[in-house]
Amino acid sequence: MRDVAVVAFTQSPSVRCEANRNETEILIPVIHEIKQQTGLATEDIGFICSGSSDYLAGQSFAFVAGLDAIGAWPPVSESHVEMDGAWALYEAWVKLQIEDADVALVYGFGKPSMGDLPRTMALQLDPYSVMPLWPDAVSMAALQARSCLEAGVISEREMAQVAVRDRANALNNPFAQVKGEFDVDALLAEPMLVSPLRKHDCSPISDGACAMVIAAGDRARELCERPAWIRGFEHILEPQDLGVRDLTRSRSTEIAAEKAGAHSDKIDVAEVYAPFTHQSILLERALGLGDAAVVNPSGGALAANPLMAAGLTRVGEASRRVWEGQADRAVAHATSGPCLQQNLVVVLEGN
Amino acid sequence: MSEEKEPVEVLRTPVELDYTYSAGVSASRFLRAVEQGKLLGQRCPVDGRVYFPSRGSCPQHGVPIEGEPVELSDRGTIVTFSVNRVPSENIDLELPYAAIQVLLDGADTTLFHVLGECSIDDVRMGMRVEAVWRPRDEWTISMQNIRYFKPSGEPDAPFESYQEHI
Repeated sequence: MRDVAVVAFTQSPSVRCEANRNETEILIPVIHEIKQQTGLATEDIGFICSGSSDYLAGQSFAFVAGLDAIGAWPPVSESHVEMDGAWALYEAWVKLQIEDADVALVYGFGKPSMGDLPRTMALQLDPYSVMPLWPDAVSMAALQARSCLEAGVISEREMAQVAVRDRANALNNPFAQVKGEFDVDALLAEPMLVSPLRKHDCSPISDGACAMVIAAGDRARELCERPAWIRGFEHILEPQDLGVRDLTRSRSTEIAAEKAGAHSDKIDVAEVYAPFTHQSILLERALGLGDAAVVNPSGGALAANPLMAAGLTRVGEASRRVWEGQADRAVAHATSGPCLQQNLVVVLEGN
Repeated sequence: MSEEKEPVEVLRTPVELDYTYSAGVSASRFLRAVEQGKLLGQRCPVDGRVYFPSRGSCPQHGVPIEGEPVELSDRGTIVTFSVNRVPSENIDLELPYAAIQVLLDGADTTLFHVLGECSIDDVRMGMRVEAVWRPRDEWTISMQNIRYFKPSGEPDAPFESYQEHI
């Protein structure tokens, strides 16, 4: 496997609603900043890949406008996934593995505030039997949380503890949207939003964007003092139909973590993309995190969930801990689809 | 064996999603100016080229465009054209008419519009044109405030003046 590392990452502050700026205008400063940080010009970048969703934008081919932020003349080698930017990173990583490029720019962006997000998410469900019923995303997650509680694998207190941890961690994250010191008992006294989920169990709706540069071998060492080397990378998919899955664990995360080699050594830091508290508990178990691992030092998705950028942000935040020497070995995770349908795991190392 | 039923070929699943759309900072500024009969471009900080309409970044260099917009003339040069013989509900010109790419004076990108008050036998590259605006009380936030361009009567622009914009 070719040595490829994450060498730079930038992000916009996550906000509930970017009233004036469009998606491209949210992205422009993020791309500009990463070019300045790395000193890279567009012609130095061999491949560009982005993740976004036309359903969030309410326009077909909305991602094409994002290219205005890049400077695509003379023409560039570019691709797009209708998924979180973490999957765009996977495509870029493969591109570097096959030696089609030495440096790649990856970005993700989304402005879910334009629409009714929980409702829009219904469009990713089975179009014949499920989607016509318009189950919203929070209700879908609540079904999973209920099955976990009934099975006795989690408790509402543990769920609240995740919210308290992530919101407190987010105090150190200038880009986070929901942060602060909270008390577990006080949170548990709050009313249900969609039973058994309370508001603190759900990630916020966030507008935002992020960008990342990955590079191979000596190029990575030139661009970063201590690159975060990608030592394992896998993504695994479960069936769309909730009825055929075990909702009380995340099998696809377990398999992805195993294949990515997450368990082969200790993990110092993990950044987990859990849009709901109960999912964080399932994911932390599936990733096999030991007690020593610091989970979601950025605050995770419960502190800021810029859709289509939040997964890539987990990789960026985990990489940052490697660059800064706080971690020798970090794991980043991203999810997509209803109730943790598809999961991606990246293992990053400082050496 | 059970009786074979006809396959289901049509399933109605109406999708209705509402969006609160914003054109963005740059496009909003452009459209608000059009509403007042002004044409705004923006200058790329790298090479000074003027983009019309104004946009948030230079799509060639990928740099943010900041600073004051550039107000452009409503006159320009036809850099290319085609003859349209198919009616469109949005265009009230008699067929056939020319669809034109116009390089506005002071701009470095071309604008799509239509040519009126001109026989298709006379339209040509390099032809100088000027905007014919709708009556002021009909102005909205739309480029349709310009009903069409018409020949201005000036001598043709030399080929070199627009060749890189074809």
